[in-house]
Amino acid sequence: MEPILNVKNLTMKFGGLKALDDVSIAIEKGQIAALIGPNGAGKTTFFNCITGIYDPTGGEVQITPPGKNTQSLKGLKPNYVTERGVARTFQNIRLFHGMTVLENVMIGRHCRLSSGIIKAMLKPPSQREEEKKAVYDSYEILEKIGLDKYVNEMAVNLPYGAQRRLEIARALATEPFLLLLDEPAAGMNPQETKELDDLILWLRDNENLTILLIEHDMKLVMSLSDWIHVVDYGKKIAEGTPKEIKANPDVIKAYLGEESDDA
Amino acid sequence: MPIKEQLKQSLIFAFWFMILTFPIMVIKVNTIHNTIVFRWANLLWVGVLSFFASWLWNYFLRRTEARKKSDVDEDVPLIHQLLQNNRFRRPFLGLLAAFFIAYPFVFPMYHTSIMISALVYVMLGLGLNIVVGLAGLLDLGYVAFYAVGAYAYALLNLHFGLSFWMVLPLSALLGTMFGILLGYPVLRLRGDYLAIVTLGFGEIIRIVLENWDEFSNGPRGISDIPAPTFFGHQFNQDNTMIYIYFIVIALVLMTIFFVNRLENSKIGRAWIALRDDEIACQAMGIDKFKTKLTAFALGATWAAMGGVIFAAKTSYINPMSFTIWESITILCVVVIGGMGSAVGVIAGALVLILLPEYLRAVAEYRMLVFGALQVIVMVFKPDGLIKSVRKVYTFKTSQEPQQEKIAHGTHT
Ligand SMILES: Nc1ncnc2c1ncn2[C@@H]1O[C@H](COP(=O)(O)OP(=O)(O)O)[C@@H](O)[C@H]1O
Ligand SMILES: [Mg+2]
Repeated sequence: MEPILNVKNLTMKFGGLKALDDVSIAIEKGQIAALIGPNGAGKTTFFNCITGIYDPTGGEVQITPPGKNTQSLKGLKPNYVTERGVARTFQNIRLFHGMTVLENVMIGRHCRLSSGIIKAMLKPPSQREEEKKAVYDSYEILEKIGLDKYVNEMAVNLPYGAQRRLEIARALATEPFLLLLDEPAAGMNPQETKELDDLILWLRDNENLTILLIEHDMKLVMSLSDWIHVVDYGKKIAEGTPKEIKANPDVIKAYLGEESDDA
Repeated sequence: MPIKEQLKQSLIFAFWFMILTFPIMVIKVNTIHNTIVFRWANLLWVGVLSFFASWLWNYFLRRTEARKKSDVDEDVPLIHQLLQNNRFRRPFLGLLAAFFIAYPFVFPMYHTSIMISALVYVMLGLGLNIVVGLAGLLDLGYVAFYAVGAYAYALLNLHFGLSFWMVLPLSALLGTMFGILLGYPVLRLRGDYLAIVTLGFGEIIRIVLENWDEFSNGPRGISDIPAPTFFGHQFNQDNTMIYIYFIVIALVLMTIFFVNRLENSKIGRAWIALRDDEIACQAMGIDKFKTKLTAFALGATWAAMGGVIFAAKTSYINPMSFTIWESITILCVVVIGGMGSAVGVIAGALVLILLPEYLRAVAEYRMLVFGALQVIVMVFKPDGLIKSVRKVYTFKTSQEPQQEKIAHGTHT
């Protein structure tokens, strides 16, 4: 079977800097895969290239959504990437601070709603129905993620860990098949990290998601991941099971050896 | 801060201000007799006034800070509490309606005329609020669309004899069209760049109107624009004013109605998302370009309709009515009233337009007063006079969403 995400020879240059150099990564359906590497290795840039925030200098990005044909994401605008079922969260939290928690999730429903401007002004029954359903669906997602008690809070007033979870909730609302998480545990306390661990497993098992996460918390990465990809200075240096990665001398040299407990 | 410190701070400020204003407030050179008069009394006044001004300023500043720190959930603006409370809502709205219905019959024509201007600004403000307040696009050329509406009525009437009632919906379409036309090339820009370019576009429209004689009659403008008729019946002058007044009231109500619906719809949420974080907004599947364009176009719609009213009311227009200052006044209405807050914008328009009319002494320093007001509002009430509140949904746990109502939410 085709991998659900197939990135081939991805290269991204910023002027003279090669942030990504010929990186190829394939993710199988139902996997929890991790992308690790020291700070500045190019992990976030990798996400940005897949999701259309950057237009990669070279290479190919292909997805094969469950039950659909293989298609290319390269050069698509971010909103089209999201429409095709690839959702993401951000390393530096990017919530909409002028909106409530519920509305933040409702924004995620945006590309799955059809009512346009005229309908918004005239509010025919179909639009009312759709809005009601959007509210309901969004609330349901908040319940699943365990944020329903904050439903009408302003997003900025949430505790840090909850804000990270809200980013995940918002991404889920776009109905993805592939979820990209950029350092979801950053800044979380051990209790919150533990809950995040459970949440990610739950998402894979109950929402049928494939997950690719960037993470510095090695304990989390090793316990969660089925497969790990390692990048350093924009180049891919290894991939394998957590066990293999732990034993890989290149990885130890580049990453684990220096800052093995970087959270 | 201990009172001694406060006094010291204000004293220093007063002293500094006395030195600063010494050359203009105290020294007076009489060039005829070649003498210099020192007006020491003025120095005293400046000192005393600036001392109290500084003290008041600091007092309010401390109070604002203290309130910000004490609790995150700042109070919901009073007016929203009233609108939210079932017991007060009806009497409150009833009183408001009674006031506005009785207004033109109770007060002389002059006041009705002023109120019409203010209400046109409510429309303009609500329109610009979509662009600036909700979508976060700083548009300094908004007056261009106002001009499009006014000239559409004047010209279509002059050349084709189209009536007010025919042009009004047409102008809405024209405004939308111009919004898209002007919006398309500039929307790749952001922030300051967008502001500068829209400012340029606004001026271009005015300059074209000023110089293209055959089309717009140049700086002489167009006169004898007919007032609206009532099913073919033409009122006398006084009654026409009352008639226009009620037309504006109806249009304002319509604007509020539609803008409110837009704000709490898919497209309205997309606007706010765009304003809050452009990258996250796109990552949520929102087409940035389309969303900006709709904000621009819909904002222009209301401006154009406002322009038609303006032309019909004054019966004479020329390009001087559509200068950059007009754009800035409308922007002040939005910013001082409260960005993104419809109620705030309405209050802002009424205060900013009515006040200079009634305080004639202020009128000459209109822009100065607006500027000062802007600074004061930004320091003490950064969200504007009446800040925006988001819709709140109530749920029976894990049941159907219930009736929704407005409640509080802070805005940072
Ligand atoms: N927009 C950009 N312009 C220039 N350089 C960039 C840009 N984005 C990232 N980089 C550079 O690319 C490299 C990789 O960054 P990043 O992907 O954020 O690393 P990571 O997420 O692995 O910590 C860094 O050297 C960073 O400075
Ligand atoms: Mg990163």
